[in-house]
Amino acid sequence: MIQSIDYAAIASPLVLALMAGVVLLLDAFLPRTGRTRTTLGLVTLAGVLAALAVPAVQALSGARLRTFCVPAGLSRDPGPPPCSFVVDHLTLVFGAVALAAGVVVVLLSMAQLAESTIPPGEWYFLLLCTLAGAVTLPASRDLIMLVIALELVSLPVFALAALKRYDARGSEAALKMFLVSVVSTAVMLFGVSLLYGLTGSVHLSAIAARLAAAPVAPGASVPPAVPVGVLTVAVVLVLAGFAFKIAAVPFHFWAGDVYQGAPVPVAALLSVISKAAGFAGLILVLTTALAGQARLWGPVVAVLAALTMTAGNLLALRQRHAVRLLAWSSVAQSGYILAPLGVAGKQAVPASVAYLVIYAAMNIGAFAVVAAVSREGGRNELDDYRGLAFRAPVPALALAFFLVCLAGLPPGLSGMFAKIVVFREIVAGGAGWLAVVMAVNTVIALYYYIAWTARLFTPASAPAPSSASGPAASALTIAITLGLVASVAFSVAPQLVLSIAG
Amino acid sequence: MIAMLAVPLLGAAVLVVFPGPARHPWYGAAVSGVTLVLALALAVRFDHTRAARPQFTVDVPWIPGLGLRFHLGIDGISLPLVVLTALLTFLCFVHLVRHRPEQGRIRALVIALLVLEVGMTGTFLALDLLLFFVFFEIVLVPMYFVIAVWGGAGRRAAAVKFILYTLLGSALLLLGLLLVWAHAGTLDMVRLAQAQGAGLSRAVQIIAFLAIGLGLAVKAPMWPLHTWLPAAHTEAPTVGSVLLAGVLLKMGTYGFARIAIPVLPEGAAALAPWLGAFAVAGIVYGSLACLAQRDLKRMIAYSSVGHMGFVLLGLATLTPVGMNAALFGNIAHGLITGLLFFVAGGIKERYGTTELPRLGTGMLARLPYLGSLLTFACVASLGLPGLAGFWGEMLALLGAFQPAAGLSRPLFLVFMAVGGVGTVLTAAYFLRMLSHLTHGRPPAGTIGGGSRGAALLDVSAYELAAWTPLVVLTVVLGLWPKALLSLTDPVVQAYLGTR
Repeated sequence: MIQSIDYAAIASPLVLALMAGVVLLLDAFLPRTGRTRTTLGLVTLAGVLAALAVPAVQALSGARLRTFCVPAGLSRDPGPPPCSFVVDHLTLVFGAVALAAGVVVVLLSMAQLAESTIPPGEWYFLLLCTLAGAVTLPASRDLIMLVIALELVSLPVFALAALKRYDARGSEAALKMFLVSVVSTAVMLFGVSLLYGLTGSVHLSAIAARLAAAPVAPGASVPPAVPVGVLTVAVVLVLAGFAFKIAAVPFHFWAGDVYQGAPVPVAALLSVISKAAGFAGLILVLTTALAGQARLWGPVVAVLAALTMTAGNLLALRQRHAVRLLAWSSVAQSGYILAPLGVAGKQAVPASVAYLVIYAAMNIGAFAVVAAVSREGGRNELDDYRGLAFRAPVPALALAFFLVCLAGLPPGLSGMFAKIVVFREIVAGGAGWLAVVMAVNTVIALYYYIAWTARLFTPASAPAPSSASGPAASALTIAITLGLVASVAFSVAPQLVLSIAG
Repeated sequence: MIAMLAVPLLGAAVLVVFPGPARHPWYGAAVSGVTLVLALALAVRFDHTRAARPQFTVDVPWIPGLGLRFHLGIDGISLPLVVLTALLTFLCFVHLVRHRPEQGRIRALVIALLVLEVGMTGTFLALDLLLFFVFFEIVLVPMYFVIAVWGGAGRRAAAVKFILYTLLGSALLLLGLLLVWAHAGTLDMVRLAQAQGAGLSRAVQIIAFLAIGLGLAVKAPMWPLHTWLPAAHTEAPTVGSVLLAGVLLKMGTYGFARIAIPVLPEGAAALAPWLGAFAVAGIVYGSLACLAQRDLKRMIAYSSVGHMGFVLLGLATLTPVGMNAALFGNIAHGLITGLLFFVAGGIKERYGTTELPRLGTGMLARLPYLGSLLTFACVASLGLPGLAGFWGEMLALLGAFQPAAGLSRPLFLVFMAVGGVGTVLTAAYFLRMLSHLTHGRPPAGTIGGGSRGAALLDVSAYELAAWTPLVVLTVVLGLWPKALLSLTDPVVQAYLGTR
């Protein structure tokens, strides 16, 4: 039987996938010149912008699109048949965040590729594949689709990290990430298979219905239809799979080496796009399929959140390398995003999403400035930032603003309100201990953010290298400006984020 | 009303975009002068017969998703502090006109000070719990840079200590505020204060008071959470020390009077003895630490710990007398310690050091004006009757003599006795310092002063302009305390439900 496909629903990933093919073809037939690099970058940028227009239009029309549904006759459950691909509010928010960050990553890539031997066709192809996965993932409503989308986000990134040929650090990063990823995927697949075995369905809504029909009651005299022990194992295993994506404890070890070894745009991609995708999947599984089992996963997530933010911040404290510091700080930020989910209150998902959106803006901005500074040469140590405010006032002020946002202090009001939203959710949910842990963590984090910010304004002893200009520089300037505009807008009117997240 | 915040903010924004005006020495003074005029206009138009109610209110929703409203207003306890903030900031800029910091970059300093003014004024104006918190936080980053960039030798460590300590306090404060919000369901300070803790269970009130109180106590600072203060005060440049001591510390005690005590009366009653105990410990500790100091700025910093101890003791009594004493002491300490730090900065500029042994003796003979001003400020600070410092301490002790019903009277009598010993010790260290520094013969030859040699300049016109208002106000408030008490008393009575 032939399934009807709603092409309007899948327009966003479809555009990205088509553009990926176009880029590969163009690369094969265009001459290998500097201009081709720029052309490919612009084509990719156009593709991402076109894909970004899709969620904007879908949001304006307000329609809830669904496709790849189980045909009505084959559905075993009463009610509307489950679908594999649903475009709803959550999908649009996550899709838009991933694509908006994608625009910045493409701009950073244009600067990166202008001066290196990385093959541009492969680079942009892989980048578009990752974005296609990141857009598909929040729309997925069955386990198989989720796993495939998650792999589509991860696999191209290994290659991206290793594309800088003959670079030992890059190869090491790619290998490390590949190994951790494969292990976590295997673990997750095991959990997924258990969930399927327990409920007989892969569709998230069907799983929720099946589990709700067989309530988890440890003390019940009648043996429950779903064994609690097996369900717990399944939940923990699935959690573990996503924990890798968002670099949560205990799957956080790869972050430092991989971020540092990979080119800066890839690090930015990992810290925002790949992380957003991971959170989308986590939120979908926890709040759609396992909504009734919050008692089971809530405490686990809360403990993971506390461990993640503490580990990330403590590791970031001792870093001397800018990208490594951002790597560990983004691990810590993952912990803050996880925290409301651990309380599992009514407003938990909007709180997490609001934090994620604001985090995406400020973190991608920080990476954009780091990319700009790394072009000046040097090893991108924190000491290279000494006196940046006098050499390049605009990027320096932008970086200072992003760092203060990440620390959550005024004038970085967006980061502060993001933290307040999360704190409110935790306090309202009654998890006082988690709130205290997070409070202490914000203080620890402030130490390294403020130390870095202070370096920007300390006079440098060495004369500054003159910054280059050209298309690469202007791409970076646009990237920094985009991050800055978003962060300032969220600072002045945080309601923007809160209303779309809610 | 909004102009109070908008003027300094715009002033700072203009400087960020155009570097030009910063070279003009009067730019900062002009901007803060306009703010001061606005503050004085508010004070003149303020309806003294209805001092208990917030006036000139502004109330617009800002972030509906958080329930955060841009709710500002001014009443009897915020008006004096707002005027004090505007005044001290303006005087700092007047001082800067002539006395540029050595590290240069006047533009960044002006920006930082203007942003600082926005945060300080906003804290005293805010009538929304979260808005209060936002303004409370705004001061952190500019103050960090003021200390870290324009400070003394150990500035980096002092600045980091300052910001980490106070952020830890702020985080606790935020948790407490959110707890109040989660249980009371509103962020409106006026409604919360009118409710007198209704709807909040005793346990919640105690936990919330503990969190909010600890957060504010770091800022105040209360012994033993004061350890950031001596370092920060000593290393900060003169204007930084003045604002830090004159205004920033007040934000902590103001928070007690505005939020912690009226909103959480049961929590306050339960924890007031502890607050009082730490307060008197601070008084005695501060005085003893002063006796042991060899550095003038450090000594003034520790004297602040002692004075804020009196303010906290006044708050801990939970009586109208004690609360009024605390609010009076706040203003008096702002004026006097502001003056002390100005004078200490002047001394440092001339002698190149503030270490007492190296300053030598005979300042009255060498620099008669500077020496007299130092003497005046010290005498005011030790609480001589007839000057502003006296009333805050005396009324706080009086409040402790008769604490609120439900508090243990013998305990507070002990506090009063210990606080009384503290006043004696305060007198002791100030007089000892004065006798050493100002009296006696000036040493022969050139000591200190560096290249300028023995011909040290006495007080300059700009310094005089910056300091005279503080001297005048100290005398006026000392002779006519009712001017201030009549403002604060209605609010205090309303908060404590005694009227």
